[in-house]
Amino acid sequence: MNHWNFIAAAYAIVIGATGGMSLLSFLAMRRAERAAESLRR
Amino acid sequence: MASPRSTGHIDTGGKCRQSPLKRPPDTVIHALANPTRFLKIARPMTPILFWGGVVALVVAFWGGLTQVPPDYLQGDSFRILYIHVPAAWLGLSGWSSLAIACFAYLVWKHPLAFVAARAIAPVGALFAALCLITGSIWGRPTWGTWWEWDGRLTSMLILFFVYLAWIALARADHERGGDGRVVALFGIAGTVLLPIVRYSVVWWNTLHQGQSIGLTGSSIDPSMLWPLWWSIGGFSALFGALVLMRMRAMIADNRVEARMRRMAAA
Repeated sequence: MNHWNFIAAAYAIVIGATGGMSLLSFLAMRRAERAAESLRR
Repeated sequence: MASPRSTGHIDTGGKCRQSPLKRPPDTVIHALANPTRFLKIARPMTPILFWGGVVALVVAFWGGLTQVPPDYLQGDSFRILYIHVPAAWLGLSGWSSLAIACFAYLVWKHPLAFVAARAIAPVGALFAALCLITGSIWGRPTWGTWWEWDGRLTSMLILFFVYLAWIALARADHERGGDGRVVALFGIAGTVLLPIVRYSVVWWNTLHQGQSIGLTGSSIDPSMLWPLWWSIGGFSALFGALVLMRMRAMIADNRVEARMRRMAAA
């Protein structure tokens, strides 16, 4: 059994999931802070 | 100083001219939880934690995948350890942080503590899910099965479901303008799961191996251990950055809501 297929799958899932959540959180933060800033003006 | 009660909604924070360290202890808590002061710290900390975490993870993955030797028993599959253990650590410590934030909300009634709890929950749930997924992938070449209903796996799965239940309850409470007290109590009550997950490998005869790292030392050879510290540090920093981003988004959304309400009332 080639272990590297399992290792690659595990690392890909972790990198994809944490990267995806980072991107979504960043976009949500930027959108919300821009909306708050535009209302202040 | 009056406590801003309930709702989990934050408008703008007032400015404190006196140093928080010169105030009575109870007032210090409120001063440090001031949204304006929080944002002053969170804005520079977010990129520092995020990019610091990314750099630490690059080092951890490089070390874990290319520099350490294969395990004499498990072969190369043990390299999943460098993502599985940090995910488990953050799944558990995520709930501890959530419970502390819930406790602070119940005691000091500060909405920022509840915002912190709401920001932590999805990130903690993500890491609990990653712990289960990577454990399952690791289990196939090691145990010959994707899943086993043993103490550690089952208690971690329950913790993941408890995260989802807490998120659903907090969202429902927020939408109907509740005061969040039941949600906070649920967050504190959920801590009973933490020792069960932690000691499941001690209390029951499980397929999952016993603990390899404790307060007194580690059974893992130092040549294989160092990438794990980088990985735990990197994922923890990333966890912090994600929580700060989500808190900043919630604070900004609440400010927009408050401003719109004021404009509608005027």
